[in-house]
Amino acid sequence: MTVGSPERDTRDSRLTDSELQRQLAVTWGSAGGLWNALSNVDHKVIGRRYIVTAFVFLALGGVLSLAMRLQLSQPEARFIGPDRYNQIFTMHGTNMMFLFAVPVMEAMAVYLVPLMVGTRNIAFPRLNAFSYWMFLAGGILLWVAFAIDTGPDVGWFAYVPLAGPQYGTGKRADIWAQMITFTEISALAVSLELVVTILKQRAPGMALNRIPLFVWSILVTSFLVILAMPAIMIASTSLILDRLVGTHFFNPAEGGDVLLWQHLFWFFGHPEVYIIFLPAVGMVSTIIATFTQRPVFGYLAMVMALITTGVLAFGLWVHHMFVAGLPRLGASFFTASSMAIALPAGLQIFCWLATIWWGRPIFRTPFLFVLGFIFTFVIGGMTGVMVASVPFDTQVHDTYFVVAHFHYVLVGGALFPLLGAIYYWFPKFTGRMMSERLGKWVFGLIVLGFNLTFFPMHILGLQGMPRRIYTYQPEMPWGGLNMFISLSALILTTGFLLFFIDVIRSARHGKSAGANPWRASTLEWATPSPPPCYNFQRIPVVGDSTPVWTDCEVLTVASGLRVDRRELLITGVVDASPEARESSPDHSVWPFWTAIATALVLIWSIFTPWAVVWGAVPVATALTGWFWPKGKPEDES
Amino acid sequence: MKEIVVLDVSPLTGHCDGSASPAWWGTLAFMLIEGTGFALAIVIYLYLMSLAPMWPIGVGPPDLGAGTVMTLLLATSLIPNLLVSRWAKQRVTLKVRIGLIFMSFFGIAPLVVRIFEFPAMHIKWDHNAYGSVVWLLLGLHTTHILTDLVETLVLTCLMFTRHGDNPRRFGDVGDNAMYWNFVVAAWIPIYVCIYWVPRL
Amino acid sequence: MKVVKLLLYLVLSGVAGCSGLQSALDVHGMPATHLKHLMTAFFWICAIVWLLVIVTLIYALVRSHTADASTQLDGPRTRIAVSGAVAATSVIITGLTIASFYTTRSIDTRMGDAITIAVKGEQWWWRVRYPNPDWVLEFETANEIHIPVGRDVRLQLESANVIHSFWVPSLAGKQDLVPGRSNTLLIRAERPGVYRGQCAEFCGLQHSHMGILVVAEDEASFSRWLASQRVVRSRTMDDEAAAGERVFLAKPCAACHTVRGTFATGISGPDLTHVGSRRTIGAGLLETTRGSLAAWIADPQTLKPGNNMPMVPLTSDELRQVSRYMDVLR
Repeated sequence: MTVGSPERDTRDSRLTDSELQRQLAVTWGSAGGLWNALSNVDHKVIGRRYIVTAFVFLALGGVLSLAMRLQLSQPEARFIGPDRYNQIFTMHGTNMMFLFAVPVMEAMAVYLVPLMVGTRNIAFPRLNAFSYWMFLAGGILLWVAFAIDTGPDVGWFAYVPLAGPQYGTGKRADIWAQMITFTEISALAVSLELVVTILKQRAPGMALNRIPLFVWSILVTSFLVILAMPAIMIASTSLILDRLVGTHFFNPAEGGDVLLWQHLFWFFGHPEVYIIFLPAVGMVSTIIATFTQRPVFGYLAMVMALITTGVLAFGLWVHHMFVAGLPRLGASFFTASSMAIALPAGLQIFCWLATIWWGRPIFRTPFLFVLGFIFTFVIGGMTGVMVASVPFDTQVHDTYFVVAHFHYVLVGGALFPLLGAIYYWFPKFTGRMMSERLGKWVFGLIVLGFNLTFFPMHILGLQGMPRRIYTYQPEMPWGGLNMFISLSALILTTGFLLFFIDVIRSARHGKSAGANPWRASTLEWATPSPPPCYNFQRIPVVGDSTPVWTDCEVLTVASGLRVDRRELLITGVVDASPEARESSPDHSVWPFWTAIATALVLIWSIFTPWAVVWGAVPVATALTGWFWPKGKPEDES
Repeated sequence: MKEIVVLDVSPLTGHCDGSASPAWWGTLAFMLIEGTGFALAIVIYLYLMSLAPMWPIGVGPPDLGAGTVMTLLLATSLIPNLLVSRWAKQRVTLKVRIGLIFMSFFGIAPLVVRIFEFPAMHIKWDHNAYGSVVWLLLGLHTTHILTDLVETLVLTCLMFTRHGDNPRRFGDVGDNAMYWNFVVAAWIPIYVCIYWVPRL
Repeated sequence: MKVVKLLLYLVLSGVAGCSGLQSALDVHGMPATHLKHLMTAFFWICAIVWLLVIVTLIYALVRSHTADASTQLDGPRTRIAVSGAVAATSVIITGLTIASFYTTRSIDTRMGDAITIAVKGEQWWWRVRYPNPDWVLEFETANEIHIPVGRDVRLQLESANVIHSFWVPSLAGKQDLVPGRSNTLLIRAERPGVYRGQCAEFCGLQHSHMGILVVAEDEASFSRWLASQRVVRSRTMDDEAAAGERVFLAKPCAACHTVRGTFATGISGPDLTHVGSRRTIGAGLLETTRGSLAAWIADPQTLKPGNNMPMVPLTSDELRQVSRYMDVLR
């Protein structure tokens, strides 16, 4: 701009659209090159990296499960020895829970939430970059350890004393415990960013009762992370202390307690299930609304169900310990509370059914995955009611029945919605549609393959097959079903292979999507696909809960933000009334260095406690570099 | 999609303070994370106590001296902390600078007292589970003081540079003061737990 | 649907009954019978609820849509239907909770005095002790528990290493063996038979091969068995077995194993005084025959990789003699 006073120049009010876009691209964009890639703090870039990395871990975890199915396909098979097998199932569980399921849900939120609430970047974008590097480092640590035969072999919940200093010799259990620290730091960081983004950066007018259901689910999930992750932080720290410096938290001979570990682990571990499941619920609500072209029935009821689930999630952990010998009275209480969680889950299912009942379903791939979700997840919910019962659980606990149950809940309940969500938001991420024809094949193969693979496991469990065995004897009547399961797993694998092929192909050659290919109602569809680095050229102003449906030609917006610095709008927690224009931190490479320094401390501390002392120096230095003002416009007020 | 401007946000300030700012909410969320961690550590203490036939295991209760000095010291530090917070709100650069230097000393002093607290337990961390859990509690809180001290030191240096006289820095000082209040508040239940619960 | 039918078929027709050995559906004990009734009730209720949901979903998808649908979505009919479904859910889960509670109570009901048997989890086998106030009558065995039919048996479950879980599904639900704690499990076999179980809590390298047999027999056979186990090792031995005993005592075997009546008093491995009378060796790994005994002694690490028994080098003669000796320890 050459005309006007500098004061007016820096505002978006008088700029033409094309000039505004150019200015915003300069302010928010990032040039190419490795250095810029390392310092990028755009939530979409980070979110995309997160999603891709998590899916890589999904594929790796899938390969592990195939190895297990090969070994179990016949009795006393000798493809894989017990030592490697124990590493494989531990890696499979740890990888899927900590490196895939939780991060991928957060990754989707990192990408989508700022768009859905109509802001320009996530709150604390540098922390966001840091969290990604930590996640990546934790994943690499775990897989490198596995590659050099030091993979954890104590199960994904690492029960002591097997994981303790006496029986878990070597560094395997330490790798597990420290990998937990990496992923928990990254999960806590992301949750903190998301909570603040949702509470303080919503588009003007997006009062609490207008927040999209997906965003609500992420808000509840983030609070679950904040309240549950400290438990695993304390637990894994105590475990490392027991192993490294000889404390006795879990040593019954010196006043410690073996079950303390289980209490701490499951106080985190049960909410963990809902940390994975609730975002999926949000995805289902979003997809149902779009593909029935109706808002989901019972908005308030849905939100209350999310919150109730979140609260109840902290009252269930003992149901993982029903056979550990706890007092009966306590166990009965936890039966009741575990059953009670069926109420909010049921309520949500009924609301979705009502929405589908009155809507006009459009059978596209995302919606098909939602149908697959209801079909499969409800089975998982039913077996959940079964294992919630103390007496029932004594027969199926730690058997293949439970393996079937939690795969129904996690794959049926979270992965199916996630795959639907990938088909649904892929056009937003890339600007291109995924193949509808391949999508239907993917859906069919995965849902069929999944049910054929996992349903028979219920029967195996009732027939007495315990989980975590690397083989079984020929006289046990399990051989036939195990072979059937292993063959079915191939169908499931084919489905996933097709999915990955579809993603890679569509990202390059998919047909162009346009801003809103599904005629959806939420704000991320009010900006081009893929969204520009500044998300919205002007911040939307929201008048109801379906802003893009209300008038699909016109978007009400706010103007007056500066364009010469990264500026976004801060709004009130309850009514989202505008409070201030606030700057958003610029690209910085310091989060990367901080993550490197932190990763070094954590890995080094597996070997000596002094690492924490000496390693604190580079970490503090990197953090100072991170927060030290650089005299940029973002530091003005 | 056509855009209709319905709201002009240019009159709003370019920076926000206190509970309006994301940094304040971020600090609060951070305190919630740490608070949960402390609460769980105390739960571990009480859980192990409930299992033990006698408590503390193998030794008498810790000496009250160092811990009580710590409590008084932390309580006293609230006064300058409150003042710094007020000056930051009023954006008085000089007073904030002096206050921060004071607060740096109030960050170092507890670390000195802490040196005497560990021996007052009469037990090492690797002796038994009681030793482990009291060292854990003290260790966690020491880390807590240390992190805030480092933050205070960096902030103090920053206030003496050209970046100091900036509403943003005053906001940072305010959030740092809020965090110190939390460091002090978190100590109270830990103090009661470590020093008084074994005497009940 | 097909798979659901399969499960239905299983539960109804007692296919599981044919599967024998180790199954929660093939019940021969009091607690397991109660549990099976509860599980059947849960299964039917849950299956019906699932069917209702799926039928509703399918109908909702295929029904013809009326024009006024959008006004109906938030209408009173929808509200009533959804609230009704939630209310029904809460009635069902309350019922199931109460049923669980009463099942737990009936499992814990004892009939008369119970026999107590101490079971300790080892890596990876079961140490079984029949305690007796008179220590001469007390004895230890491994991986095989004999109980009298129709009487309550109290298993006292402990572990000195890692967590294990005792599970013989035909008789009762499982119970963990937790280091530092002592748990009990009440079992009562209703019919004579041999019931297999195995460790259900991951306990390390050979968790997969940690089987246990519960032999339920009538009171007379049980008393005979007790008497036979109390005595020291059999004195009637042929020359080959006697030579085997000499080898056994000369080699490191005696450092880990006890054979009562000899100076072999090691305690880290199973008591072998009557090993030949037990149905399996290696914690359910192999049926006890002279051949399997020889194979095990010759190379325990190939049969059960990672177990704590080292390979003791023996000549083929020694191996033949020791296996003969083991075989006659009945």
